[in-house]
Amino acid sequence: MSIGEQHIVKSYDEELRKLDDALARMGGLAESQLAAAIEALTNRDSALAQKVMNDDGKVDACEEFINEQTIRVLALRSPVADDLRTVICSLKVAGGLERVADHAANCAKRSLVVNQMQPVAPMRSLVRMGRLVTELLNEVLDAYLNRDAERALAVRDRDQEVDDLYSSLFREILTYMMEDPRTITVCSHLMFIAKNIERVGDHATNIAEMTYYLVTGKSLKDKRPKRDTSPFEGATE
Amino acid sequence: MRDDTQTETPTMLTKMSARGVEVHYGPKRALNGIDLDIGTGDVTALIGPSGCGKTTFLRCLNRMNDTIASARVSGSVTLDGDEIYGSQGLDPVLLRMRVGMVFQKPNPFPKSIYDNVAFGPRIHGLHQRKDELDHVVHMALERAGLWQEVKDRLDQQGTGLSGGQQQRLCIARAIAVAPEVILMDEPCSALDPIATAKVEELIDELRENFTIVIVTHSMQQAARVSQRTAFFHLGDVVEVGPTEQIFTAPAHRLTQGYITGRFG
Ligand SMILES: Nc1ncnc2c1ncn2[C@@H]1O[C@H](COP(=O)(O)OP(=O)(O)OP(=O)(O)O)[C@@H](O)[C@H]1O
Ligand SMILES: [Mg+2]
Repeated sequence: MSIGEQHIVKSYDEELRKLDDALARMGGLAESQLAAAIEALTNRDSALAQKVMNDDGKVDACEEFINEQTIRVLALRSPVADDLRTVICSLKVAGGLERVADHAANCAKRSLVVNQMQPVAPMRSLVRMGRLVTELLNEVLDAYLNRDAERALAVRDRDQEVDDLYSSLFREILTYMMEDPRTITVCSHLMFIAKNIERVGDHATNIAEMTYYLVTGKSLKDKRPKRDTSPFEGATE
Repeated sequence: MRDDTQTETPTMLTKMSARGVEVHYGPKRALNGIDLDIGTGDVTALIGPSGCGKTTFLRCLNRMNDTIASARVSGSVTLDGDEIYGSQGLDPVLLRMRVGMVFQKPNPFPKSIYDNVAFGPRIHGLHQRKDELDHVVHMALERAGLWQEVKDRLDQQGTGLSGGQQQRLCIARAIAVAPEVILMDEPCSALDPIATAKVEELIDELRENFTIVIVTHSMQQAARVSQRTAFFHLGDVVEVGPTEQIFTAPAHRLTQGYITGRFG
């Protein structure tokens, strides 16, 4: 008797594969929603922004499918070990991706307002941050689907770049508003968009941690310290 | 082969301890030198593919292998630190009172239901008075989940019961002498889900006063009832650890392959 990669019951493999396929599809969707939201902002493309908002339902449908599939596998197969971790991680990653798509839709919604106003300088940094986060999300989904813990950890480490960008963007927007109070409306929207994008970075980090758990069975105990300094902005010593 | 990163939980009190236990049946070696500790008050589950030596190991713990002519046991097994084998070893009859057993196949004696359960207490002279013995028999059958079904026919033959009822009768017989350790070899393989749930509940209850070692082919049962799980494969213990860990993140590839159903 020897162990193989496949389950003796073939339909079990099939069901687990379906979960990964659905996650790949959902990840791809969430990723393109985020990319499109950034693009709508960059190109002042309100039609694209509107499309992002309309397409949010597709991501929700994916999540629903994954939820149902997970419950099914739990009820019928009683998964253990790596199978159990696959099922639990699918559920949690799907939840994270649903949030990612929500943040993308929220960015798109605000860009409808932003696009009607005079362009402001902090947009450039915002777009840079948006592209970085899109890249990290892309990277972490690949790591997850390829069961690559190393790559996932690399993504997790890079979340610091996002936090640094966010903190400096926060200062930049504050300064800009102080210098020209007429930009307060547009800058407030940019502030929220930046927050949305920063949250997507956190979800990418979560998926990275999930990937590590999925592959190794160990959870990352040392919680990554939050080094976003924006909460202290404007505080006096 | 054995994974040394997760052997014994440091806080565990040891009830029984096996070191280098080897068993041969004639020329054939069935166990290759087992090191395993059984924690006091724990339910320890032994899992592994058919023929890997679970029953053989279980039988080492109360010298049941002495009854098989071709079997040779070497190595050390202790109960509360006392060696059970060898010239200084414990008396097998007394040992088996302290370490009781429920077999893989139900094996009631060709006697009445009452006498099956009363057998152990009688030979050990535990309860002289009839009403005391009646009470012990009643309680044992009650705890084994059989009382309701047999209370009106205690004088009928134990062998006349259904397979599942016979198994519960054997459980009642084993607990009637209040052993310190109970060895159960697939006690639920012939039971329906209700009777299985009753036995699992019984195991939970017994755990307060006894130490239990259970062999089971049901991964879910091992996960439900035990605190520690040992995975046997081809006469070795491949991995032993907290049950939760074995079923969420086993350290060894073989364990994972076995419990997830990927054995070819
Ligand atoms: N009385 C015996 N005489 C000879 N060989 C035996 C005897 N009992 C067991 N064996 C052999 O020893 C090995 C271990 O058997 P054992 O009964 O311990 O396996 P097991 O893990 O309990 O299997 P199962 O899950 O099928 O009950 C097997 O190869 C078996 O054929
Ligand atoms: Mg057996």
